[in-house]
Amino acid sequence: MSYMYNGTEIAADEEGYITEISLWNKDLAELIAQDENIDMSDDHWEVVNFLRNYYEEYQIAPAVRVLTKAIKKSLGPEKGNSKYLYELFPYGPAKQACKIAGLPKPTGCI
Amino acid sequence: MDDFDEFDGDGPEVVKRFMYVNRRAPYGTVYALECLETILIAAAFEQDVSVVFMDDGVYQLKKDQDTAAIGMKNFSPTYRALEGYEVEKLYVEKESLEERGLTAEDLVVPVKVLNSAELQEIMAAQDVVLSS
Repeated sequence: MSYMYNGTEIAADEEGYITEISLWNKDLAELIAQDENIDMSDDHWEVVNFLRNYYEEYQIAPAVRVLTKAIKKSLGPEKGNSKYLYELFPYGPAKQACKIAGLPKPTGCI
Repeated sequence: MDDFDEFDGDGPEVVKRFMYVNRRAPYGTVYALECLETILIAAAFEQDVSVVFMDDGVYQLKKDQDTAAIGMKNFSPTYRALEGYEVEKLYVEKESLEERGLTAEDLVVPVKVLNSAELQEIMAAQDVVLSS
Protein backbone atom coordinates (compact mmCIF):
# COMPACT_ATOMS: atom_id res chain seq x y z
CA MET A 1 0.00 0.00 0.00
CA SER A 2 1.00 3.66 0.02
CA TYR A 3 0.03 7.10 1.35
CA MET A 4 -0.69 10.13 -0.83
CA TYR A 5 0.96 13.16 0.66
CA ASN A 6 1.25 16.57 -1.05
CA GLY A 7 0.69 14.90 -4.40
CA THR A 8 3.53 12.45 -3.73
CA GLU A 9 3.08 8.76 -3.23
CA ILE A 10 4.85 7.45 -0.10
CA ALA A 11 5.41 3.69 -0.30
CA ALA A 12 4.43 1.48 2.61
CA ASP A 13 4.36 -2.26 3.23
CA GLU A 14 1.15 -4.30 3.30
CA GLU A 15 0.52 -3.35 6.93
CA GLY A 16 1.03 0.37 6.38
CA TYR A 17 4.56 0.88 7.69
CA ILE A 18 6.36 3.36 5.42
CA THR A 19 9.37 1.78 3.76
CA GLU A 20 11.65 4.84 3.61
CA ILE A 21 12.08 6.33 7.06
CA SER A 22 13.69 9.53 5.76
CA LEU A 23 10.42 10.50 4.03
CA TRP A 24 8.64 10.85 7.37
CA ASN A 25 7.36 14.20 8.60
CA LYS A 26 4.71 15.38 11.06
CA ASP A 27 2.01 15.90 8.43
CA LEU A 28 2.55 12.40 7.11
CA ALA A 29 2.30 11.13 10.70
CA GLU A 30 -1.12 12.82 11.03
CA LEU A 31 -2.18 11.14 7.80
CA ILE A 32 -1.08 7.68 8.96
CA ALA A 33 -2.82 8.32 12.30
CA GLN A 34 -6.07 9.17 10.49
CA ASP A 35 -5.82 5.83 8.74
CA GLU A 36 -5.51 4.20 12.18
CA ASN A 37 -8.52 6.17 13.46
CA ILE A 38 -6.34 8.05 15.90
CA ASP A 39 -6.77 11.75 16.57
CA MET A 40 -3.27 12.91 17.50
CA SER A 41 -3.17 14.71 20.87
CA ASP A 42 -0.10 15.98 22.73
CA ASP A 43 -0.07 12.70 24.64
CA HIS A 44 0.05 10.75 21.37
CA TRP A 45 2.85 12.95 20.11
CA GLU A 46 4.81 12.45 23.29
CA VAL A 47 4.89 8.67 22.68
CA VAL A 48 5.59 9.05 18.96
CA ASN A 49 8.47 11.43 19.65
CA PHE A 50 9.77 9.11 22.35
CA LEU A 51 9.83 6.27 19.81
CA ARG A 52 11.64 8.38 17.23
CA ASN A 53 14.30 9.26 19.79
CA TYR A 54 14.60 5.61 20.78
CA TYR A 55 15.08 4.63 17.13
CA GLU A 56 17.63 7.40 16.62
CA GLU A 57 19.64 6.10 19.55
CA TYR A 58 19.35 2.33 19.09
CA GLN A 59 18.39 1.86 15.41
CA ILE A 60 15.46 -0.41 16.25
CA ALA A 61 11.80 -0.09 17.14
CA PRO A 62 11.41 -1.54 20.65
CA ALA A 63 9.13 -4.41 21.65
CA VAL A 64 6.11 -3.23 23.64
CA ARG A 65 7.45 -4.42 26.99
CA VAL A 66 10.73 -2.61 26.41
CA LEU A 67 8.95 0.54 25.27
CA THR A 68 6.72 0.54 28.35
CA LYS A 69 9.71 0.15 30.64
CA ALA A 70 11.70 2.88 28.87
CA ILE A 71 8.75 5.32 29.07
CA LYS A 72 8.31 4.50 32.73
CA LYS A 73 11.95 5.32 33.33
CA SER A 74 11.91 8.67 31.54
CA LEU A 75 8.30 9.93 31.81
CA GLY A 76 7.19 8.24 35.03
CA PRO A 77 4.93 5.31 36.01
CA GLU A 78 1.65 7.13 35.24
CA LYS A 79 2.65 7.02 31.54
CA GLY A 80 4.92 3.98 31.53
CA ASN A 81 2.17 1.40 31.88
CA SER A 82 0.18 -0.71 29.44
CA LYS A 83 -3.21 0.73 30.34
CA TYR A 84 -2.20 4.31 29.53
CA LEU A 85 -0.43 3.31 26.31
CA TYR A 86 -3.27 1.09 25.09
CA GLU A 87 -5.77 3.88 25.73
CA LEU A 88 -3.76 6.08 23.40
CA PHE A 89 -3.06 3.32 20.85
CA PRO A 90 -5.80 0.66 21.15
CA TYR A 91 -4.24 -1.74 18.63
CA GLY A 92 -0.94 -1.80 20.47
CA PRO A 93 1.41 1.04 21.38
CA ALA A 94 4.42 -0.48 19.67
CA LYS A 95 2.55 -1.40 16.52
CA GLN A 96 0.40 1.68 16.00
CA ALA A 97 2.74 4.29 17.45
CA CYS A 98 5.69 2.91 15.47
CA LYS A 99 3.67 3.06 12.28
CA ILE A 100 2.73 6.68 12.94
CA ALA A 101 6.37 7.45 13.86
CA GLY A 102 7.48 6.12 10.47
CA LEU A 103 9.50 3.30 12.03
CA PRO A 104 9.63 -0.34 10.99
CA LYS A 105 7.50 -2.90 12.78
CA PRO A 106 9.06 -3.60 16.18
CA THR A 107 11.57 -6.42 16.40
CA GLY A 108 10.19 -9.16 18.58
CA CYS A 109 6.69 -7.78 18.23
CA ILE A 110 4.28 -10.30 19.68
CA MET B 1 -7.67 -4.84 33.30
CA ASP B 2 -7.15 -8.52 32.44
CA ASP B 3 -6.23 -7.65 28.88
CA PHE B 4 -3.15 -5.84 30.02
CA ASP B 5 -1.68 -8.51 32.25
CA GLU B 6 0.05 -10.14 29.34
CA PHE B 7 2.62 -7.36 29.33
CA ASP B 8 2.74 -6.28 32.94
CA GLY B 9 2.55 -9.50 34.78
CA ASP B 10 3.42 -13.05 35.22
CA GLY B 11 6.08 -13.80 32.65
CA PRO B 12 6.42 -16.75 30.32
CA GLU B 13 5.51 -20.35 31.11
CA VAL B 14 8.79 -21.85 30.00
CA VAL B 15 12.16 -20.20 30.35
CA LYS B 16 15.15 -21.81 28.68
CA ARG B 17 18.78 -20.81 28.77
CA PHE B 18 19.64 -19.67 25.25
CA MET B 19 23.20 -18.85 24.29
CA TYR B 20 23.99 -17.12 21.00
CA VAL B 21 27.58 -17.43 19.79
CA ASN B 22 28.71 -14.78 17.31
CA ARG B 23 31.83 -15.73 15.39
CA ARG B 24 31.74 -13.59 12.24
CA ALA B 25 32.51 -9.99 11.30
CA PRO B 26 29.45 -7.70 11.37
CA TYR B 27 29.24 -6.95 7.65
CA GLY B 28 29.77 -8.90 4.44
CA THR B 29 27.26 -11.53 5.50
CA VAL B 30 23.91 -11.19 7.18
CA TYR B 31 24.71 -13.53 10.08
CA ALA B 32 25.50 -10.90 12.72
CA LEU B 33 22.40 -8.81 12.08
CA GLU B 34 20.13 -11.87 11.86
CA CYS B 35 21.54 -13.21 15.10
CA LEU B 36 20.96 -9.88 16.82
CA GLU B 37 17.33 -9.90 15.72
CA THR B 38 16.92 -13.46 16.97
CA ILE B 39 18.34 -12.38 20.33
CA LEU B 40 15.83 -9.51 20.56
CA ILE B 41 12.97 -11.89 19.80
CA ALA B 42 14.11 -14.43 22.42
CA ALA B 43 14.43 -11.58 24.90
CA ALA B 44 10.95 -10.26 24.03
CA PHE B 45 9.69 -13.72 25.00
CA GLU B 46 11.52 -13.29 28.29
CA GLN B 47 13.94 -16.15 27.84
CA ASP B 48 17.24 -16.41 29.71
CA VAL B 49 19.57 -15.11 27.02
CA SER B 50 23.34 -14.88 26.97
CA VAL B 51 25.52 -13.80 24.08
CA VAL B 52 29.10 -14.71 23.22
CA PHE B 53 31.38 -12.82 20.86
CA MET B 54 34.47 -14.69 19.68
CA ASP B 55 36.78 -14.94 16.64
CA ASP B 56 35.87 -12.14 14.18
CA GLY B 57 32.56 -11.80 16.06
CA VAL B 58 34.29 -9.46 18.49
CA TYR B 59 34.34 -6.85 15.69
CA GLN B 60 30.52 -6.65 15.97
CA LEU B 61 30.99 -4.69 19.19
CA LYS B 62 33.80 -2.44 17.99
CA LYS B 63 33.21 1.25 18.69
CA ASP B 64 33.16 3.89 15.92
CA GLN B 65 31.94 1.72 13.07
CA ASP B 66 31.50 3.63 9.84
CA THR B 67 29.51 1.77 7.20
CA ALA B 68 28.95 4.63 4.76
CA ALA B 69 31.32 3.22 2.14
CA ILE B 70 29.60 -0.19 2.00
CA GLY B 71 26.07 1.22 1.93
CA MET B 72 24.87 -0.77 4.91
CA LYS B 73 23.21 0.37 8.09
CA ASN B 74 25.54 0.56 11.09
CA PHE B 75 23.59 -1.59 13.53
CA SER B 76 26.17 -1.50 16.34
CA PRO B 77 24.04 1.00 18.37
CA THR B 78 21.44 -1.76 18.70
CA TYR B 79 23.75 -3.77 20.99
CA ARG B 80 23.31 -0.93 23.47
CA ALA B 81 19.55 -1.62 23.47
CA LEU B 82 20.12 -5.14 24.82
CA GLU B 83 20.21 -3.86 28.39
CA GLY B 84 16.64 -2.55 28.00
CA TYR B 85 15.66 -6.04 26.80
CA GLU B 86 17.26 -7.41 29.98
CA VAL B 87 19.97 -9.16 28.02
CA GLU B 88 22.89 -8.45 30.31
CA LYS B 89 25.04 -11.55 29.99
CA LEU B 90 27.45 -10.51 27.26
CA TYR B 91 30.67 -12.51 27.08
CA VAL B 92 33.72 -11.86 24.95
CA GLU B 93 36.45 -14.44 24.50
CA LYS B 94 39.72 -13.09 25.84
CA GLU B 95 41.93 -14.81 23.27
CA SER B 96 39.91 -13.46 20.32
CA LEU B 97 40.04 -9.94 21.70
CA GLU B 98 43.80 -10.06 22.29
CA GLU B 99 44.61 -11.59 18.89
CA ARG B 100 42.95 -8.57 17.31
CA GLY B 101 44.67 -6.01 19.49
CA LEU B 102 41.44 -4.99 21.21
CA THR B 103 40.42 -4.48 24.83
CA ALA B 104 37.03 -4.21 26.53
CA GLU B 105 37.39 -0.41 26.27
CA ASP B 106 37.14 -0.65 22.48
CA LEU B 107 33.61 -2.07 22.68
CA VAL B 108 30.21 -0.31 22.54
CA VAL B 109 28.77 -2.13 25.58
CA PRO B 110 30.11 -3.41 28.91
CA VAL B 111 31.04 -7.08 28.59
CA LYS B 112 32.55 -9.84 30.66
CA VAL B 113 35.86 -10.99 29.20
CA LEU B 114 36.41 -14.72 29.74
CA ASN B 115 39.02 -17.15 28.55
CA SER B 116 38.16 -20.13 26.42
CA ALA B 117 37.97 -22.57 29.35
CA GLU B 118 35.65 -20.31 31.35
CA LEU B 119 33.38 -19.90 28.32
CA GLN B 120 33.27 -23.64 27.85
CA GLU B 121 31.93 -24.02 31.35
CA ILE B 122 29.13 -21.48 30.83
CA MET B 123 28.32 -23.01 27.47
CA ALA B 124 27.91 -26.45 29.03
CA ALA B 125 25.25 -25.06 31.39
CA GLN B 126 22.93 -23.87 28.56
CA ASP B 127 19.76 -25.53 27.30
CA VAL B 128 20.30 -24.25 23.75
CA VAL B 129 23.48 -23.00 22.05
CA LEU B 130 23.19 -21.36 18.65
CA SER B 131 26.26 -20.42 16.66
CA SER B 132 26.41 -17.97 13.76
